[in-house]
Amino acid sequence: MKRYSDLEYLRLSKGQKFLYKLASFFLAIPRGIGTFFLGIGRFFKKLGVGIGKEISDVVMTFVKGDWKTKTSYLVMGFGSIARGQMLRGLLFLLFEAVFIFYMVTAGGYWMSMLPSLGKIGPHEEYNMVLDTHYTVYGDNSFKILLYGVLTLFFIVAFLYTWRLNIKQNKISEDILRSGKKLKSGKDDLRSLVDDQFHKTLLALPLIGILVFTVMPIVFMILVAFTNYDGSHNGYSNALFTWVGLDNFKTIFSWDVGGVNYAATFGEVLTWTLIWAFFATFTNYFLGIFVAMMINKKGIRLKKVWRTILVLTIAIPQFISLLYVSKMFDINGLVNGALMSLHITDHAIDFWGTPWLARIMVIVINIWIGIPYLMLIATGILMNIPADLYESSRIDGASGWKQFTKITLPYMLFITGPYLLTSFTGNMNNFNVIYLLTGGRPTNPVASGAAGSVGYTDLLITWLFKITTGSDTKYYLASVVGILVFLVVALFTLIVYGLLPSVKNEEDFQ
Amino acid sequence: MSNENIAELEKRKRGMGLKASARLSNTIIYILLVVISIIWIIPFLCIVLQSFRVESTWKVGYVIPQQWGFDNYVKLWSTNFPRWYLNTFVIALVVAVVQTLIVLCMSYTLSRFRFKMRAGLMRFMLILGMFPGMLAMIILYRVLDDLGMTGENMLPGLILVYVASSGMGYYVSKGFFDTIPKSLDEAARIDGATRAQVLTKIILPLAKPIVIYTILTAFMGPWGDFVFARYVSQLKPLGMNVAVGLQSWLATDTMTHDYYTLFCAGGVVVALPVAILFMCLQKYYVEGVTGGAVKG
Repeated sequence: MKRYSDLEYLRLSKGQKFLYKLASFFLAIPRGIGTFFLGIGRFFKKLGVGIGKEISDVVMTFVKGDWKTKTSYLVMGFGSIARGQMLRGLLFLLFEAVFIFYMVTAGGYWMSMLPSLGKIGPHEEYNMVLDTHYTVYGDNSFKILLYGVLTLFFIVAFLYTWRLNIKQNKISEDILRSGKKLKSGKDDLRSLVDDQFHKTLLALPLIGILVFTVMPIVFMILVAFTNYDGSHNGYSNALFTWVGLDNFKTIFSWDVGGVNYAATFGEVLTWTLIWAFFATFTNYFLGIFVAMMINKKGIRLKKVWRTILVLTIAIPQFISLLYVSKMFDINGLVNGALMSLHITDHAIDFWGTPWLARIMVIVINIWIGIPYLMLIATGILMNIPADLYESSRIDGASGWKQFTKITLPYMLFITGPYLLTSFTGNMNNFNVIYLLTGGRPTNPVASGAAGSVGYTDLLITWLFKITTGSDTKYYLASVVGILVFLVVALFTLIVYGLLPSVKNEEDFQ
Repeated sequence: MSNENIAELEKRKRGMGLKASARLSNTIIYILLVVISIIWIIPFLCIVLQSFRVESTWKVGYVIPQQWGFDNYVKLWSTNFPRWYLNTFVIALVVAVVQTLIVLCMSYTLSRFRFKMRAGLMRFMLILGMFPGMLAMIILYRVLDDLGMTGENMLPGLILVYVASSGMGYYVSKGFFDTIPKSLDEAARIDGATRAQVLTKIILPLAKPIVIYTILTAFMGPWGDFVFARYVSQLKPLGMNVAVGLQSWLATDTMTHDYYTLFCAGGVVVALPVAILFMCLQKYYVEGVTGGAVKG
């Protein structure tokens, strides 16, 4: 496609402009994919260079350092203790002792089992005394993978601390050489509420994120390369093991044991994207519209309207959504009302008809979503300089023109990043779909695919069904999860490149 | 007629035309707003009305009960509902306190300090947030199960999981801290305050709106959480929170037949205090939401 310069672009007609924008969006997709993988490549390159530099630094410190520093390579914290920094030194030493103890007693075992995920599965053994067969449980693949990952984290933490210990030695040597005094333990403690206060504040939250988010995600990414499922639970029925890329092949193949996973995945992904698009933009424009109505000059009872709308935020979603879902049932309130008013003579199956169910989900989501947008838009509308409207009115602009030329561009400019996050948020909007339809009505294309996929199922609800149904396929859930991540990441990258304002956060301060 | 008079007349005419069209558009807006309000209120009105229905417990095609009474509310006491309520309340209370502390620590630090890993850390958390949270839940559930913190004993485990990762949700309050001028910190630092004192003595008093916002959202979260609570409860009646419990009453058609009006009553009992609390603190919520969206 030909790229236009700004001047050429302005000369295009409206239709051409639209087509140009559309084309540039789709053209950005391959570029986005490129950027994504380039980014990964750059990350690893940086990592490699960084590690190389660290290693050379470690070697140089050893060569140049005195005997205290050299001993610290084996006995962590020795240098610090020898130089009088008892607190630091003892902490280093303690960490090393704990690490060695852990590796000898448990870590070594988990690491050695990690490549195989367990060798002896549950099996029958014969008991001579009682003359019966009984089951003996062997290894536990789940625990091996879990503690294997934990041990890996621990080893990385140890290497980091070891490096820190060496760095400390170097710094101390430099300080002593220049004739200054080293910090005492008391100084160290004091700096934790002063210079180093950020470390104190971040310690707890980051440990939480590391243990409860990072570790599980690493674990689940690894699961995608195993055959962990309901019939290979790793302990009581069968061990699971590494299967390489088989699971990714499964989800992109047409026929695995009579199930067309590729079509299922394609359908669910398509609907997820359609849903996210409509859920985001219907809410966005209607929300702005409602906010403008409420904020118009001369409209009274502003607070009352706002309070009524905010009801859907105030009341927990599971109540409102479950109730509305039941209202639209075949024998629910809406059908009752429609029939008693003689609008229809037979009940409408809102949740049983694929296209109707999909429309209903989007419409009801408007009910849930408008209030948020209304609040946000209200805040922004008040910030639009009033003289902009004033001068445009003098120039004879109609209300509609004011909206498309002033309000909308201003809103879009400011809420660009918000639109993006709400789009990806909607892709993973579990509550609305699961509580309203539970994914119904069932999609025949997907019959047999784990978790009985329906027409309104998003990737995220499918993932949930795979892991909670009678036939749990954790490996498949994990593959779906990774694909969701890829889609979201890709989308974010593309849109971020196109946003007019990739803001500088320092501007606000 | 003099020229002046004509001009005056023209002006008045235009003014009246403007006024009339403004009145018309305002009338249309009022009608629209009333329609919207009705749509917004109707479902909630229906829940309340149906919770007072005595003559039957299943779904019916009419709204206004033929026989009014508090039977459903009385019956709630003999079900597991009080236990669910207590579970959720305890969780919400603890989460509100701990999560607020964690979020404030995180957002304040990222807003105020410039340290080496800061940009990398924020980018890392952004990427981390793109993974569906449900992935982590599967394994956390298995771990909690191994530790015996599922089913009836789910309270500590559930709280831990809710709270542990809450540091990732720092965006809104970081946006708020960003708006507090840094010169305040610097002035206090020059006067000899430590960083910790700057936080407790200067920033926190100014940050009252965002603290209330954080507490409010943290408190309301557990009332609506469904996914993880369902995993952890293992669908054991005593281990549920209100969301999972009430959903279980509508899970199958036979259950719905017996529990529909009870669900309505339970919904009212859950929604009322939460909604009232929300309405009272609405001002702070609006501040947080608008600020957060604008600053990204």
